[in-house]
Amino acid sequence: MKLDDKNICDAPNESKVKSENNLKYLLVGAIFGIVFVKAEIVSWFRIQEMFRFQSFHMYGVIGTAVVVGIISVYILKKFNIKTFSGEEIVIAKKPNNKGVIYGGLIFGMGWAITGACPGPLFAQIGSGFGVITITLLSAILGTFTYGAFKDKLPH
Amino acid sequence: MLEIIKSPWHWSVAGVLIGLTVPILLLIGNKNFGISSSLRHICAACIPTKIPFFNYDWKNEIWNLFFVGGVLIGGFIGNFLLGNPDNISISPDTMKDLQAFGISDFKGLMPTDLFSWDNLFTLKGLVFFVLGGFLVGFGTRWAGGCTSGHSIMGLSSLQLPSLIATICFMVGGILMTHYGLPLIFDLIK
Repeated sequence: MKLDDKNICDAPNESKVKSENNLKYLLVGAIFGIVFVKAEIVSWFRIQEMFRFQSFHMYGVIGTAVVVGIISVYILKKFNIKTFSGEEIVIAKKPNNKGVIYGGLIFGMGWAITGACPGPLFAQIGSGFGVITITLLSAILGTFTYGAFKDKLPH
Repeated sequence: MLEIIKSPWHWSVAGVLIGLTVPILLLIGNKNFGISSSLRHICAACIPTKIPFFNYDWKNEIWNLFFVGGVLIGGFIGNFLLGNPDNISISPDTMKDLQAFGISDFKGLMPTDLFSWDNLFTLKGLVFFVLGGFLVGFGTRWAGGCTSGHSIMGLSSLQLPSLIATICFMVGGILMTHYGLPLIFDLIK
């Protein structure tokens, strides 16, 4: 396993395999979306509970996910496990700059208003709240605005 | 069995499945878990622009768009085929706090008092859809990731910037919930 510090984005495709069947990602995404709805992570109410410290639910979800993630990455690294197609696993290095703080605070505020991070936005639309497509379009506009003014913002 | 699946899932079940997404994506295709990137790829794919930030080979990152497409389908399956037949059970304290804001619909995942088409061209819609969505899209990109990219993937690989990001997500959310939302609800009442 190695670190990639020249990655294009926060969730880069580190694979060199040229032709692959992307339907497997659709499947993993669908399972993920089911979990989001069934554990009510997409619920505006659950996010409000979390930010008001009135329920353990969301802390339990995120905490468990992080522990399972840390153990998984440790095992992959420890035993030098390769991908199914035999590639070395590459993990993207996160940017280390002030944008993490400014952007993080701004996203947190948006999270409290919409009750959704980007993933749940898609799941909310799928679960019948069609009006969230407007929220998604506005989020895309937000990302575009960041891209347009990136060089003028502190990092 | 179907009854167990249809009732709401325990946080530990969800936590384990979400955590396992990290090694699964790495193993099946060397993909780093993160969802907010999809918003950037949509910009790069759909908006003709010369902005350097959006000039890259988005087709190489297309797996991410398949993934979020899957999340949308999963949202449909989770609600319409495996949906919880009962009302959501939220903390009585939260319910009391939200009732004080004028929220009265506590049946589903989201209160229809806020999240319905009827509110699209109102002040409510402007705040909860347009402003909220903008902050999510702008903030995640500036921070270089969201809850999945930083809080799950970044923390799983023990990266310090992701810990800082996660703390800032929480601080921003707590400030908005306790100081921003009361003002907003006063304004839109």
